[in-house]
Amino acid sequence: MPFSSFLQFIVSGVTVGATYGLTALGFTMIFNTTGIINFAQGEFVMLGGMLAVFSMKWGGLPLPVAVPLSVLLVTAMGVGVDRLTIRPMRGKPAVSLVIVTIGVSILLRGGAMLIFGKDTHALPPFSEGAAIPLGGASLLPQSIWVVGITLAVLVAMKVFFDRTITGKAMLACACDRKAASLMGINVDVMVTVSFAFSALVGALGGVILAPITLTAYDVGILLGLKGFAACILGGLGNPFGAVAGGLIIGVLESLGAGFLSSGYKDAIAFVILLALLFLRPSGLFGKASADRV
Amino acid sequence: MSSNRGKGSAAGLAAFAAIIAAAPFLLPDYYQSVLIVAGLFAILSMGLNLLMGYAGQISLGHAAFYGLSAYASGILTTTFHWPVPAGIAAGVVLSGVTAALIGIPTLKLKGHYLAMGTLGFGVIVYIVFNEAVGLTAGPSGLTGIPRLSAFGKTFSTDREYYFVVWGTAFVLFVLARNLVRSRMGRALRAIHTSESAASVLGIDVARYKAFVFVLSAVYAGIAGALYAHFVTFVSPGSFSFHASIQIVTMVVLGGMASLWGAVAGAVFLTVLPEWLRAIEDYDILVYGAILVLTMRFLPGGLAEGAERARGTLVSAFRRKSPASAAAASGAEGRKP
Repeated sequence: MPFSSFLQFIVSGVTVGATYGLTALGFTMIFNTTGIINFAQGEFVMLGGMLAVFSMKWGGLPLPVAVPLSVLLVTAMGVGVDRLTIRPMRGKPAVSLVIVTIGVSILLRGGAMLIFGKDTHALPPFSEGAAIPLGGASLLPQSIWVVGITLAVLVAMKVFFDRTITGKAMLACACDRKAASLMGINVDVMVTVSFAFSALVGALGGVILAPITLTAYDVGILLGLKGFAACILGGLGNPFGAVAGGLIIGVLESLGAGFLSSGYKDAIAFVILLALLFLRPSGLFGKASADRV
Repeated sequence: MSSNRGKGSAAGLAAFAAIIAAAPFLLPDYYQSVLIVAGLFAILSMGLNLLMGYAGQISLGHAAFYGLSAYASGILTTTFHWPVPAGIAAGVVLSGVTAALIGIPTLKLKGHYLAMGTLGFGVIVYIVFNEAVGLTAGPSGLTGIPRLSAFGKTFSTDREYYFVVWGTAFVLFVLARNLVRSRMGRALRAIHTSESAASVLGIDVARYKAFVFVLSAVYAGIAGALYAHFVTFVSPGSFSFHASIQIVTMVVLGGMASLWGAVAGAVFLTVLPEWLRAIEDYDILVYGAILVLTMRFLPGGLAEGAERARGTLVSAFRRKSPASAAAASGAEGRKP
């Protein structure tokens, strides 16, 4: 195996892994304010890509308009999901909430299939230009967009949680909801904000990935699962861990597809997930021990 | 009260047995194969119901356990010419052992790691069914699986197979019912209510949960092997994530923590699509809507709905009597 193809696998792994990281950030945000694992997270990613594709195809919008529009629409849907399905379930057992998010995810997927059909679609890349040669490998301009946007989101999140009162209020909800609400924080609003944010980063991930890997109504399941695997790898609840976990899974998956078998490519993330759940459930960057029964 | 309940449920079991015995003779022949499938799903959802309703955990990969056993029994009896009962036993054991491997470490963790663990496991198994072409024949499916035969008898007609499947379902129902009423069942309900309280009372929470998870996988394994030797053909499509969601929906719709509900949910959701051919392509939307709406408005599912309806009827009847009963009889007397 020449070094150049090795490098190529790393490059494409990092690109795809960055979007897993964004998905993982979405999981992290909702988990941190509500303690729920949102099984509909992958559908936000799918919708980000699909809505951008169809606002160009059906709405005739140019790409620079379609992309932000799609992200905004999905963000609004995130708010809707919280208001319509999560908030009325306040105080119900966790198992019920998990079932509701599963229900929402298949409703969104089924709705996308009904409206957009079962075909696979591609979004044009964000900027023209040939691939950039890089030590024998080639770097797509879109990869630079993907990595750049992921880093920007990460920095923005860091600033948001460290510097703004809303960000701190969200973290307070994560620490102790009751105490947060006694301090005058409106927990309901914080939960809605966390759904909006996680839909936003999910949609961003979907929209920047669509030019590279194509998109269809059913890509959400796998992307969501891989995002979750990234969360566990990085330590559930830790945003930096989530992105790092995404990158690691992306690279391992890409190397595995290249060196072992492309048919089993999608299984790699889950083998990692299962192995982690067995060996180190607190994740690579998590506290020494996760909650054990 | 308790003896009353005992009598009532014995009568319920007898009625259940009578319905099972009578159904194939009352319904058109076409429904026999539908009812066989419903019986398989009833076994699946009874098992999952034990896990969801009594241990408060979700498996999103139950179709994988169903499929593992179906493929194992199919491959052993077809490629390796094992006798069918041996193939079925091997399939069921494989499902149970795999569940133990996944459940024991995952269930030690608090929260819904099992849900994600099983979801990931389901995806892996589905990929293996598709990719391990040498063993499973890949996406086109494994053909030529023999029909069930045991003790020198081959169950070749649908009616015979119907009794095999529903007989098994009945036995598994009674087993699950007894389990739920035992010390173990009480421990499980305690875990569902409060894990901390249960563990303070000396209940080994992780062990009980793992046991129920393995048991639910064994139920899935039994259904899977029976499926393989009924349709004589298995392909990966029957064991996808979609199938896992179908089973979860049956349990939720029927009512978690109600075995009757599990059976009702399975039969209802198997028969419903037969009537609504139009929704065939969009059944996934229907499942999603059922999940969200049931949890929101009828968290106890059909079982709770039936209970409520019965409560309303009983109280309406009580309010009427005795004055209204007397009035009614008087009115009757006056009629010619």
